[in-house]
Amino acid sequence: MIIVRKEHRVLIQGITGKQGTFWTELMQDYGTNIVGGVNPKKAGTTHCGVPVYASAVEAMKESEFDISVLFIPPLGVKDAALDAIEAGAKNLCILTEHVPVQDVMYFMAAAKEAGTTITGPNTAGSVTIGECFLGFMPAFNERIFKVGRVGVISRSGSLGTLLCQNIVSAGYGQSAFIGIGGDPIIGTTIHDALEALDADEGTDAVVMVGEIGGEMEERAADFATGMDKPVIAFIAGGAAPKGKKMGHAGAIVLGDRGTYQSKIKALEAAGASVMATPSHVGDVLKERLGP
Amino acid sequence: MNFEEHAAKPLLKAAGIAVPEGRYVRTAVDAAAAQQAVGPCVVKAQVPTGKRGKAGGIKTADTPEDAQDVTEKILGMEIAGHIVEGVLVEGRSDIAREFYAAIMNDSASKGPLVIFSTEGGMDIEDVAAETPDKIKRAAVDIRDGFDAGAAAAMLAGLDLGGAKSAIAEALDRLYNAYIANDAELLEINPLALTPDGSLVALDCKYVMDDSAIKRHQNLAENSTPDQLTKLEARGEEAVIKYIELDGDIGILANGAGLTMTTMDVVRHHGGKPANFCEIGGEAYTKAHTALEMVLDKPGVKSLVVNFCGAFARCEVMMDGLLNAWDDLTPDIPVFFSIAGTGDKEAIAMLKDRLGLEPYPDMDAASKAAVDAAK
Repeated sequence: MIIVRKEHRVLIQGITGKQGTFWTELMQDYGTNIVGGVNPKKAGTTHCGVPVYASAVEAMKESEFDISVLFIPPLGVKDAALDAIEAGAKNLCILTEHVPVQDVMYFMAAAKEAGTTITGPNTAGSVTIGECFLGFMPAFNERIFKVGRVGVISRSGSLGTLLCQNIVSAGYGQSAFIGIGGDPIIGTTIHDALEALDADEGTDAVVMVGEIGGEMEERAADFATGMDKPVIAFIAGGAAPKGKKMGHAGAIVLGDRGTYQSKIKALEAAGASVMATPSHVGDVLKERLGP
Repeated sequence: MNFEEHAAKPLLKAAGIAVPEGRYVRTAVDAAAAQQAVGPCVVKAQVPTGKRGKAGGIKTADTPEDAQDVTEKILGMEIAGHIVEGVLVEGRSDIAREFYAAIMNDSASKGPLVIFSTEGGMDIEDVAAETPDKIKRAAVDIRDGFDAGAAAAMLAGLDLGGAKSAIAEALDRLYNAYIANDAELLEINPLALTPDGSLVALDCKYVMDDSAIKRHQNLAENSTPDQLTKLEARGEEAVIKYIELDGDIGILANGAGLTMTTMDVVRHHGGKPANFCEIGGEAYTKAHTALEMVLDKPGVKSLVVNFCGAFARCEVMMDGLLNAWDDLTPDIPVFFSIAGTGDKEAIAMLKDRLGLEPYPDMDAASKAAVDAAK
C-alpha cells in the first residue's frame, strides 16, 4: 500500500453526487491534489474546478492520476473499480459499505494482477496529517489531527477518530491515519498498513485499532514481532456476544476464530502494548516513546 | 442470511447435484403423507444450525405411522436456541462413503476457496485439527472460475476409489451454484457416495451474502429470518442497528467500532451493557426511534451517550437526540462523552437544553453510568 502524499494526483469517481461534491471540496481545501472526476453523464463539464470524464480510462489520458477515490453506490463499485484498474491507478480508496463480496473478490483479483492496491471497501479514508486526505475524515479538525510522529491504523472510522483525538489531547500528533475498513474482505490489511508505517521515516510508533472477527490482527502481530517501533493496540468487541454481527460485516466471532482473547494474546506475544480502553493511549505513548 | 436445508437443497438440484427426494412439512400428519410418497425416510429438524443429529433432531422412519410419531417428537424441540417448526422428510440413501465439499469466501486469499475432505459427516474444523492431510483446498481466481479439471488437480493424492471424476464434476457444479446465488458459504456435509458409484448431497448449508440480497429478492424470501427479540425486530424495521443484551446500562453511540467499544468500556468498569445501538451516518434522523428502543429495554438503569464526530457531526446527532429527549422525557440518569467534529456546538446545546456537562472521556462517562446503576 502507499501512504497518500500531496504530490499524488487524485481522481474522484462519483464526484458530482452530494457526498462526492461535499468531500471533494473539503479534500481540496486541505491540500489533496484532485485532478479530475468521473461521471459518464456529465463528461466534458467542470465540477469543483476540475474536469469531469466519462471514465477513469478517459481521465487517465488527459489528467494522469495515481489514486482514485470512489463515491459510488454498492452495485456500481465493481465496474467503477475495474475501470480505474484498467486505467492504471496505483491505489483505489473505496468508501462504499455493502458491496457484494463476489464483486469485491472480482476486482481484488484484477487489482492484484495489475499491481493496483486497494484500501477498503467500507473505509472512512486516510489522512496524511498536514498534507492531504482521502475519503470522509475530519482531517481539518485540529483537536483530532495534528502533525506528529504517531501512525494510526483503524478498521473503524468513528473509533479511529476517537483514538486520534486522544493522541492529540495527550500532546502528541500523527504522521498518518490509515482507515482500512470494516468489511470481511478488504484490500489493505492491518499487516500491510503496519509494514508501510514501519518503513515510513516520519513515524515513530503505531497505534493499531482492531476489532473482533477474522484473523487480520493475528497476522499483523506476526509482523509486529520483528518491528523496532513500538506498537500500541486496542481491540474493540471484547464485550460482544458470539455469532452477532456488530455493525461491521467483519466484526463477528464464529467458533473460536477471531476472538478478542486470541487477538490480545497474539499482540502481547509480539511485544505490543494492548490497552483495555482507548482513553489510555496518551499514557501508553509516554511509556513507550517518552514525553 | 441463512437458509435451512430444505431451502438450500433446491439450489444444488438446479445446479445438477443429486439430492434425495424430499418434502418439507410443518405437521406430523403431513409427515406421514410425505413418507408414503418417498418411502423409507429420514425425518430432519429444520433449524439453521449444525449438530441436529446429536440433539435428537434427526430420526429414521419406515412407515407413515413412524414418520408421524417421530415428527411429533421433533416439532417444537429446541436445538441450539432454535424452536423446530418444520421437518424435511427425505428418502433414505444407501451410503458407501461420506465426503465433505464446500465453497466459501476466503478473507486470506480474497477469493473463493474450494474445500474437499474424505471425512464427511464430521465438523470440518475437527478434521482440520486431527487429520489435516484428508482436506484439500483450492483458492480460485473468481475471474477465471473453477471447473472439473481444476477440481481433479486439487483432488490429486486423495484415495477416492473410482469416484474421483464424479467428485470433480460435483465440485464444478457446486462452484456454479455458489456463484449463481452469491453465497458466502455453500456446503455439502455429507456428500454421500452410494454403492452404485453416484453422489448424493445428504445435507446442505447455504449462507447468502447480505450485501447481495438486492440481486436475489425472490430467493431471499426462502431464508430463515434471524431470531430477533421484539426490540431487535423494531430496530430492523426502522433500519437501526440494535442488538439486545442482558445488562442494565443503555448505550447510544455513533459508528460500529465506537459503539462496540462503549460496550467494552462499560464492562471494563464492572457494568453490563443493555444493548448495542448505533446511530450516525444518515441515521441521526432516527435518534428518536433509537432512544426510544434503548429506553424500552426492561430494567435499564442508566444511559451512556458516546459521540465522536467524523463523517457524522456531533451537533447534528445531539440535536436529534435532544429533540427525542424532550419528547420522551426519560427518568434515568444519562452520561455523555462527546468528541470530534462539531463537539463544541454539541456541548453548548447539551448545557443549554439539559443543563448537563459531558464527561472528559468515555471511561469517565461509562464509570459514572455504572456507578449510577448500582
